[in-house]
Amino acid sequence: MRTALANISHLQSLPLALTLLVFLVFPIAVIVTVSFWGYDSYQLLPAFIFDNYQYLLSSSVTWQAYLNTFKYAVITWAITFVLGFTVAYYLAFHIRSTRMQTLLFLLCTIPFFTSNIIRMISWIPLLGRNGLVNSSLQSVGLIDQPLEFLLYSDFSIVLAYVHLYTLFMVVPIFNTMMRIDRRLIEAARDAGAHTWQILLLVIVPLCKSGILIGSIFVLTMVMGDFVTVRIMGGGLRASVGVLIHNEISLLQYPAAAAGAVVLLATVLLMLVAMFRLVDIRKEL
Amino acid sequence: MKRTRRPASFYFLSVVFGLFLLFLYGPTLTIGILSFQGPNGGLTFPLNGVSLHWFGNLFTTQQVGDFGGSFMRSILLGLGVMVCTLLFSVLAGFAYRRRFAGSQWLFYLTLASLIIPSILVSLGIGLMFDRLGWDPNWYSSAFGAHLTWTLPFGLLIMFAVFNRFDRAYEMAARDLGASPWQTVRLIVLPLIAPSLFGVALFGLTLSYDEFARTLMVAGSFNTLPLEVFGMTTNVTTPVLYALGTLTTLFSFSLIALVLLAMAVSARARKGA
Repeated sequence: MRTALANISHLQSLPLALTLLVFLVFPIAVIVTVSFWGYDSYQLLPAFIFDNYQYLLSSSVTWQAYLNTFKYAVITWAITFVLGFTVAYYLAFHIRSTRMQTLLFLLCTIPFFTSNIIRMISWIPLLGRNGLVNSSLQSVGLIDQPLEFLLYSDFSIVLAYVHLYTLFMVVPIFNTMMRIDRRLIEAARDAGAHTWQILLLVIVPLCKSGILIGSIFVLTMVMGDFVTVRIMGGGLRASVGVLIHNEISLLQYPAAAAGAVVLLATVLLMLVAMFRLVDIRKEL
Repeated sequence: MKRTRRPASFYFLSVVFGLFLLFLYGPTLTIGILSFQGPNGGLTFPLNGVSLHWFGNLFTTQQVGDFGGSFMRSILLGLGVMVCTLLFSVLAGFAYRRRFAGSQWLFYLTLASLIIPSILVSLGIGLMFDRLGWDPNWYSSAFGAHLTWTLPFGLLIMFAVFNRFDRAYEMAARDLGASPWQTVRLIVLPLIAPSLFGVALFGLTLSYDEFARTLMVAGSFNTLPLEVFGMTTNVTTPVLYALGTLTTLFSFSLIALVLLAMAVSARARKGA
């Protein structure tokens, strides 16, 4: 009986397993294989050489891109964490009616279901040389020249990340906050804790798993991104993803594959470090 | 609940939250307004008259690539991905109600699928098709690429659903003589129906808007996001905003439709 049921489970999970095998595991295996191949202007040359890695790791462009990407990741993480935590805290502890809570939560999540590219483009009329921000500041007389750093800069890239990814902090943190037993907070208050003490000593530790899940999302998405840097950086900024994308555009697949393998290893190392701190399945 | 006086922090945080919503929706609203720019208007304010010129422009083929075709492809692809996501996630959700050999592995693989940098999926599937000598197409390679993005969300939602599911209903049905299939069809599926609309929404909209995983694997015919990305580099008129506004409105109506369906099915469940 028990084995029969287990077999049913295997059958039921088969479509998922097969899809991931064909469209995730095999492709990654192909990338790893091709990363050891050679290439010339016309074709890929099957081989087992380390040239791609050697070139990649000895190039200062690579290191610069990694440095840049880590910079984006850390800044974005810090901002999305503070902003996401604040929003989740407001929704979970300051909104009293469940109906209102659901409504406001929905308002925060709806943009996730719309196009990222369109949402990035939407910043152009606001941040451009003649955009709304510059023209308003000029007409008020705060500045004489349009601010150049607003668009196609590190600023606009991080702004777009925050715009796109804060949601990924809000949802898991809100989720863990909603499961905090309110009596714990009352007990803390009765024991004389100040609002700030309750926040830092009771709520934050109890939200640890939500914060970690959010952080995993934000950090891995920024690390692997190339679209945002491409559009919001105006082609002037480099990140790890952009380098790989450039090599793909030049049809230098083995070089791109080596870059992708190193990126994957970096992300996995970050994940291993973070997964040690939380068991995601218990948190759903 | 006892009504107490709001602390000062409530008002401060309300303002922060309001600004956050403005930050979320403001830019979208801006291009919404600018897409009604007059025929001689540019990419920024001020509005140079008000017209539907740029919306009309979308439907004349030579102006902007293949809007109609890419839109149709994205819809069809989204619907296909939606059906598969729903089917595969619900089945897998049922599978995970029992322990089975390899369940941990499959779970980690699914998570990996979610957080792996999209460019690896794109490059990997592209290379795989290239090595196998197959032509990439929006309905084959891109279809698989989209599933790697939607299935993890589907499975995670199913976990959340079954973690909160009260097995007493099922057991009662079995005690009353229902067959396993009857129990699933008449008890479990109706109970989880509202969440299934949620899974469907993830499948459809995430596929419809997916870009990074589609980039190398769509073949010779673009999906809509690829078309839009192409436009960002060579279109310098508000037609880009018109397209953005239309596709955002389309997503909003899908969300509204699903929320409505969820509300209706939740009400039907209560009434039953």
